[in-house]
Amino acid sequence: MNFDAVLASLPLYLGGLLTTAKLLLMSLGLGLAGALPLAVLRASSSPWLSGPVWCFTYLMRGTPMLVQLFILYYGLAQFEAVRDSAAWPLLSSAWFCAVLAFGLNTCAYTTEIIAGALRAGSLGELEAAQSLGLSRTAVWRRILLPSALRRALPAYGNEVIMMLHGTSLASIVTLADLTGAAREVNSRFYLPFEAFITAGLFYLALTLLLVALFRAAEQRWLRHLQPRH
Amino acid sequence: MLHGYLDSLLEGARLTLGVALSALLLALLLGLLGAHAKLARAPWLRRIAAIYTTVIRGVPDLVLMLLIFYGGQLAINAAAPLLGFDGYIDIDPFAAGVATLGFIFGAYLTETFRGALLAIPGGQAEAAHAYGMSLWQVQRRIVWPQMLRLALPGLTNNWLVLVKSTALVSVIGLNDMMHKAGQAAGATREPFTFYVAVGVLYLLITSASVVLLRLLEKRFTLGFKALAL
Repeated sequence: MNFDAVLASLPLYLGGLLTTAKLLLMSLGLGLAGALPLAVLRASSSPWLSGPVWCFTYLMRGTPMLVQLFILYYGLAQFEAVRDSAAWPLLSSAWFCAVLAFGLNTCAYTTEIIAGALRAGSLGELEAAQSLGLSRTAVWRRILLPSALRRALPAYGNEVIMMLHGTSLASIVTLADLTGAAREVNSRFYLPFEAFITAGLFYLALTLLLVALFRAAEQRWLRHLQPRH
Repeated sequence: MLHGYLDSLLEGARLTLGVALSALLLALLLGLLGAHAKLARAPWLRRIAAIYTTVIRGVPDLVLMLLIFYGGQLAINAAAPLLGFDGYIDIDPFAAGVATLGFIFGAYLTETFRGALLAIPGGQAEAAHAYGMSLWQVQRRIVWPQMLRLALPGLTNNWLVLVKSTALVSVIGLNDMMHKAGQAAGATREPFTFYVAVGVLYLLITSASVVLLRLLEKRFTLGFKALAL
């Protein structure tokens, strides 16, 4: 094993780490912002509201994220209307397409996670809130959503880790994330073990960090569900 | 609409399914071994299994795939002369894809199977021993059939994720659906059409899987009443 070349390429990896972190945060932000309203619709008892959202999540969860990324990044260029539109500078950038594809993908999974948590809410909580005279919006904002978001925390933690791993696809559309840095080092020095193991260690460290973060978050917000010792 | 490329795409789909099913076989084997290792009395077995599942589940599939493909190539060519073989050996991308995906999903199945094994009352294996069954017979007749029933929901999820991960094998040069779509897109300049077609094919595979596995679940849970809530 020869890690000298890897050490010399450390700036490349650090740049990749930054790109990976940015991609992850931006797509999670986009996904979460979309998932909140969609989850409320998805949990609705009216099929007119939950049906279309189900269609969206079914399509996104039934196809690989790589296909979704390729449809956005390579596919949209097929249409002249898209190429001539004002949005083309955005849609032709790998960054934008990657964030949009990852964001839409995590949005679908997060929608189902939050909708599941909403459905698992207790009737008593809702009745208590209504009997106190809270308005519809206040019930959602102060009772239903906070309680569902807490319950969604463990599943959301898994989703965030899946997304961290998913961002490695960005290297396929030329972005220099952690995986991209490793591919660059491998093609420059032909050191596959060193190059990819280093990237793997970075990902492992990030994964463990996220696990610790979510454990701390569960300690804080799911305290009432912790087993007593 | 597909300019006669449908056959080519379907051929790619056959390869994708081939990779997925072969990887599943390998993953089932590794998962079974891993789960038993995790529950073994020997601490070193438990430690190996813990490292296996933690590392694999902490690193993106793509990084592992590139590591095994490029690294394996290097390792095999370094080892071949020692075994008295000269000449350059090209790793077959199919074998590399199956090996990587099988290895990765073996880690996920380890956790699925471990949970299922823990849910089987210990008295059952004891009773079987008391009837004079050999260790092998106890596993084959008592433990594994029940484990399969308990593991089926988790297994369904793992399989769906595995199917979607096969889209990555195009990156290491396999002639799968993604690769075929890329060729067709290049020739016809209609990337959108072909990547959407791949998405539809994936959706068909995942939907059919869900239906089939639900049927299997029904078959396996005959005689068990669901908890009526």
